[in-house]
Amino acid sequence: MSANSAFNEEKGGSSNVGEPEYGHDPASGGIFSSDYKRHDDLKEMLDSNKDSLKLEAMKRIVAMIARGKNASDLFPAVVKNVACKNIEVKKLVYVYLVRYAEEQQDLALLSISTFQRGLKDPNQLIRASALRVLSSIRVTIIVPIMMLAIKEAASDMSPYVRKTAAHAIPKLYSLDPDQKDCLIEVIEKLLADKTTLVAGSVVMAFEEVCPERIDLIHKNYRKLCNLLIDVEEWGQVVIINMLTRYARTQFLNPNMNESLLEEGGGEKAFYGSDGDDDEEEDKDEKDKKKAEAPSVVKRKPYVMDPDHRLLLRNTKPLLQSRNAAVVMAVAQLYFHLAPKAEVGVIAKALVRLMRSHSEVQYVVLQNVATMSIKRRGMFEPYLKSFYIRSTDPTQIKVLKLEVLTNLANETNISTILREFQTYIKSMDKDFVAATIQAIGRCATNIGEVRDTCLNGLVQLLSNRDELVVAESVVVIKKLLQMQPEQHSDIIKHMAKLTDNIQVPMARASILWLIGEYCEHVPKIAPDVLRKMAKTFTNEEDIVKLQIINLAAKLYLTNSKQTKLLTQYVLNLAKYDQNYDIRDRARFIRQLIVPTDKSGALSKYAKKLFLALKPAPVLESPFKDRDHFQLGSLSHLLNAKAGGYQELPDWPEAAPDPSVRNVEVKESVPEWTKCSSREKRKEKKVEKPFYSDSEGESGPTESADSASDTASDSESGSEESGSGSESEESDQQSESGSEEDEEEEERKKKKEKIKAKKPVPESDSEQSSEEEGKKTESKNKPRRGGSDTESGEDKDSETESSESEEEESEEESEEETKKKKKATVSKPPSKPPKIDNKKEKKEMSLLDLDDFDPAPSLSQVTPLNNFLSSSLVTDLEGLSLTDNVLSPTTITPSGNLKTYELLHRITGEGLSVEYCFSRQPFSPDPHMVAVQIQFTNSAASEAKNLHIEDAKLQSGMRMKEFPEIETLPAGETVSVVMGIDFCDSTQAANFQLCTHTRKFFVSIQPPVGELMMPIFMTENEFKKEQGQLMGMNEITEKVTLGEKCHGEHAVIQRVTTAANLSRVPCGSDKECRFAGKTVTSGSLVLVSVVTKDNGAAQVTVNCEKMVIGTMLVKDILQTLTQ
Amino acid sequence: MIHSLFLVNSSGDIFLEKHWKSVVSRSVCDYFFEAQERASEPENVPPVIPTPHHYLISVLRHRIYFVAVIQSEVPPLFVIEFLHRVVDTFQDYFGVCTEAAIKDNVVVVYELLEEMLDNGFPLATESNILKELIKPPTILRTVVNTITGSTNVGEQLPTGQLSVVPWRRTGVKYTNNEAYFDVVEEIDAIIDKSGSTITAEIQGVIDACVKLTGMPDLTLSFMNPRLLDDVSFHPCVRFKRWEAERILSFIPPDGNFRLLSYHVSSQNLHPLRSTSLVAIPVYVKHNITFREGSSQGRFELTLGPKQTMGKGVEAVLVNSQLPRGVLNTNLNPSQGTYTFDPVTKLLTWDVGKINPQKLPSLKGSMSLQAGASKPDENPTINIQFKIQQSALSGLKVNRLDMYGEKYKPFKGIKYMTKAGKFQVRT
Repeated sequence: MSANSAFNEEKGGSSNVGEPEYGHDPASGGIFSSDYKRHDDLKEMLDSNKDSLKLEAMKRIVAMIARGKNASDLFPAVVKNVACKNIEVKKLVYVYLVRYAEEQQDLALLSISTFQRGLKDPNQLIRASALRVLSSIRVTIIVPIMMLAIKEAASDMSPYVRKTAAHAIPKLYSLDPDQKDCLIEVIEKLLADKTTLVAGSVVMAFEEVCPERIDLIHKNYRKLCNLLIDVEEWGQVVIINMLTRYARTQFLNPNMNESLLEEGGGEKAFYGSDGDDDEEEDKDEKDKKKAEAPSVVKRKPYVMDPDHRLLLRNTKPLLQSRNAAVVMAVAQLYFHLAPKAEVGVIAKALVRLMRSHSEVQYVVLQNVATMSIKRRGMFEPYLKSFYIRSTDPTQIKVLKLEVLTNLANETNISTILREFQTYIKSMDKDFVAATIQAIGRCATNIGEVRDTCLNGLVQLLSNRDELVVAESVVVIKKLLQMQPEQHSDIIKHMAKLTDNIQVPMARASILWLIGEYCEHVPKIAPDVLRKMAKTFTNEEDIVKLQIINLAAKLYLTNSKQTKLLTQYVLNLAKYDQNYDIRDRARFIRQLIVPTDKSGALSKYAKKLFLALKPAPVLESPFKDRDHFQLGSLSHLLNAKAGGYQELPDWPEAAPDPSVRNVEVKESVPEWTKCSSREKRKEKKVEKPFYSDSEGESGPTESADSASDTASDSESGSEESGSGSESEESDQQSESGSEEDEEEEERKKKKEKIKAKKPVPESDSEQSSEEEGKKTESKNKPRRGGSDTESGEDKDSETESSESEEEESEEESEEETKKKKKATVSKPPSKPPKIDNKKEKKEMSLLDLDDFDPAPSLSQVTPLNNFLSSSLVTDLEGLSLTDNVLSPTTITPSGNLKTYELLHRITGEGLSVEYCFSRQPFSPDPHMVAVQIQFTNSAASEAKNLHIEDAKLQSGMRMKEFPEIETLPAGETVSVVMGIDFCDSTQAANFQLCTHTRKFFVSIQPPVGELMMPIFMTENEFKKEQGQLMGMNEITEKVTLGEKCHGEHAVIQRVTTAANLSRVPCGSDKECRFAGKTVTSGSLVLVSVVTKDNGAAQVTVNCEKMVIGTMLVKDILQTLTQ
Repeated sequence: MIHSLFLVNSSGDIFLEKHWKSVVSRSVCDYFFEAQERASEPENVPPVIPTPHHYLISVLRHRIYFVAVIQSEVPPLFVIEFLHRVVDTFQDYFGVCTEAAIKDNVVVVYELLEEMLDNGFPLATESNILKELIKPPTILRTVVNTITGSTNVGEQLPTGQLSVVPWRRTGVKYTNNEAYFDVVEEIDAIIDKSGSTITAEIQGVIDACVKLTGMPDLTLSFMNPRLLDDVSFHPCVRFKRWEAERILSFIPPDGNFRLLSYHVSSQNLHPLRSTSLVAIPVYVKHNITFREGSSQGRFELTLGPKQTMGKGVEAVLVNSQLPRGVLNTNLNPSQGTYTFDPVTKLLTWDVGKINPQKLPSLKGSMSLQAGASKPDENPTINIQFKIQQSALSGLKVNRLDMYGEKYKPFKGIKYMTKAGKFQVRT
């Protein structure tokens, strides 16, 4: 034994030294015997029990595989080592096995047991690697084993093993497509996985196995959107592409009402999103709503589904990925899914990719070319990035040229043509030819420059390079066809060229032109024909055909001069070698030369030949390519590639959005869904049913929403729909099948409700009033039972409102708006309600009013306090009238501070003041509304007041007010503009222009204006505050100023200093306020605790420390005054 | 997704193949060779070539074509980006990515490719994870391996794949803790005949070399972050923090990596002039003329510094593709060396440093083909240069802080400006 091994070792050693070249020499495989011998050596090395020898042998074998040499006869020797202890040997054996198992199926089976053992290993990485190799062995016999292994791994504890299972799915599918159904089950299970590690891989498997099963995505849609940013980059690409397709089937086209959108801007989408966010609503309710509110539908022609918005929002940061494929994927998603106004953001990122490797450039430019046809404006600012450098490869040059041509319009055409002039001088002739084509296209598209282009092209006719000339001729021909009568001199010039130009295509083009417009050049045309007749026999075929054409046309128009010539040409053609030409000649002779045999057609010869031809349309080859999904292989090739999934058209009507709810629940705390009047009514009607019949168990919603905490805290950013998640169903997601049953049950219940539901849809006020009653009555008994605040009811509100916060900002903004409306417009409508209510209730209603001049919290009993939030929302609901879609100008309420933008003297009579109107800026919810008031105190009228040349810090955006045409002397006018300050107090600088002057002005927002109020309950507030501790909390002590004693004063001062809303609070020593920043939506929580001696403590909790610090300062200042 | 990969050298030999699914015959590359023949220049081979049963997607790096075989629909950029990542990884491992290096390390290459793709779908592309799995070959390790028979394959299991920060491995230890950042800006410009700027933009990157023990959490802030117009980050950078505060906060990968790349918009540079352009640090005076009927052409070129903020312009290299009609040149450089290749017609002038007192110039004549007409195109001049210790945009790092670890690291920041695609039309 030992001798044996020594022998082996020696032998191995010698081969090691002497033969390594052997394995590397491709020529040595020539003689079979030597080949065999060599492998014999390797076999011996593999059989040795020294790892180093085995390793050496394996390395040589792998080198052979890499060079494409056949090493299959070593299979038995190699497979023996599959259980080798040495990791590198093992890995190389795996490499070998995966490569050759398919060819040696029987022997490969020997290795299977090793992997099966590996699948049970306690170490997750070993389990994963075993599964990976096992699934890579393409041997049909082990399909059942693979299936079992995948199923098991899909429910493994370790996410890494689950990821490997996801990878294994397409492998098995390609091996045995019959397993599809089983595999879909596994995919479905893995799709529900909540880890980022698995998400990308399972979507990949989904795309390969069952891309048509879009229904599997519904329940995972929101989760995928939210996980997206943390998924590894390759997975992101796959997920984004899949979601693009998904969105096309589930949402409505955001651009379907383009004209309407143009008027209303983002406003409609913005308010609309609100109308839709309660997907938890039942379908029947939805239908009902539709039926009930045709007027609403008319006013809001398009509403973006919040899920649609979620996708757009969550993909946007990925434009900053370093991975070009991810950027492209987001870009195509925006191109296919985003409202027109928002697509622009992708341009910058795509232009950035142009700095990358030329292959990346190539693909990006192809896509940009397609996009620039549809959305020219998007790339216009980046025109210069598409200028061509002499060092670019030709294919890149041509593509850039394409983009430049697409971007050309009246304003930039002169710049572009100047660039083109440089390109024409390039040494790269293919590129020059493409440039000439491009000039031709610019000329056809832009009428103003047609003559300039034509002249330029005519000059090119004297170019020394024949290719250039030929290309010019072809393009000129096309251009002339559009307006031949003005250009007979050009035609003459071209006629002269026939002597010199040899390129057949160009000659043919000139001949065609002369023939077509022979009446414009009556003297020259016959002469050209004479010359051509002379050289006829030597011409290329296409030229010959055109000579015949020319002859025929001349014969018809000018038979006196050309009759003989024509016959001569036709005779020549009759004996031509090419049968096409012979045919043509015969055909034409019959048509034009009248003989007794000639048929009826010859009468129409003139009509046939001299018919007016439509001018050719010079189109981009990229036109309409966008019916392929951008960024795809099919788009690039402009042909459907195998496995390409068609991008579906937008549906006419949106499919039921509730399918995306992870768990459907019949009801939600009513105040999370103050969104639409119709829905509110429904709610109210439902309520009696619940509270009456289920009396003691309390409102259902409380139970429901309590569970949200669990799911919320897990994924951190739950989306709107999950607000309705219920406890039971949350558990269900863990434990399979119960869910369906329950749902079934719920549905039944629902139906019951519906059936029972009375329909007293009088008007919204009444119903909401009813609700108020309900809420109260519902809560009252419980309050009696336990006077602590920690009832489940309270909980429920906290949770639900929390999830609410995560909802799109538009929504909460909307809410605040409504709230304001409520507070402003409510009082008059309140009295009738109060009449049939108890006095107490009236109090609570009034107390909640932040802007109420005399709120006295001391009067608020705990009970009222407790009810408050739901009541407030009722009020909000009530006030949701048409005027919520507010006009763009809002009169400032009295307590708003105005700032001077332009003084009367510097402004030469024009004074401008601005204030922060604290209204949501409807076209863009991320902007702060700034109301600007122009007063013209000069003697003459001011004209054309507008904004120009905004110098904004990066990230900041501005929505200008529409130009004010005239402002008569002595008049005052107010407009509203929006500025996105990016949550910073940096000033926005811009020029204010009149028809005569420009003024540099800047608007710097006080920190308090960078936020907007949001609604919270006390508990919610506490909870949020608890999460914003440490660095995010700033506490300062202060002694209150003289006039600042009393709660009312504090409230007023704080709300003046910052745009926050009151949070109801049980203690009169403490005032709380909540809001969120306008741009990023970070929470801002303020609490002021007053002490008896006039001292107070101010606490600000905000994720944004800068904002927090500044806000504290401002509040301190206002309180000490 | 990716079915197979073939590596093709400049002479058209397939020197490596790797299959992730069933074997695809290498004859599929014939379609590629066909396209290669049709293309006049190596870089003009279309990156995507359809064949009857497959699609070939290729990238050209270091004169090697990396040809991936695809069987069905996949975003082409996905494959292209991945192939570039493969090349980057090779470069990282072997220092260079040449045919020789790949052949010498064929086993490591194979092991890498095996880990990077699973069934054609990218699995581990993060260099940190890969290095944990497969150790890069070093001379020392090669020697040790041959003696002891130990291996390149990492002994411990690749925990990096499971980590929440997959780009950093745990248990990193250094005796000297250092973090270096290079701010490198490249200026891309096209200057027209008369010397006015047609387009100019600055593209910058921050490359980092971080050798720090443990799990440091770094923040890097800029004096003037508003300069950055468009940025793309290494995945380690916390995006939210940047959005909110314009601070780069990250747990760095170990070793060399590109922290971010950015674009400086010309608007931000000169807030008062909306149409302002980037300051061009050099100017070129040129006079290249051909006369009709003469077999001589004149060639004059002078370089000079402009707007360099007092920093010297170094490593200047000029090259220009002269028209085909030029047979030879007889030029006289005032400094540096020049070469002219009569076959490719490429003129190269290695200038070195620009001395503002004595401007470098290249003057002389070109001989043209006798009898041939004068070329109607004028050559463009491409210039490369470097300016040390200055970032053209004026971007400045304010401070670098480290949290999470106790030691004091050594920190260094270097600035440099380079010419990117800097072209002067004549």
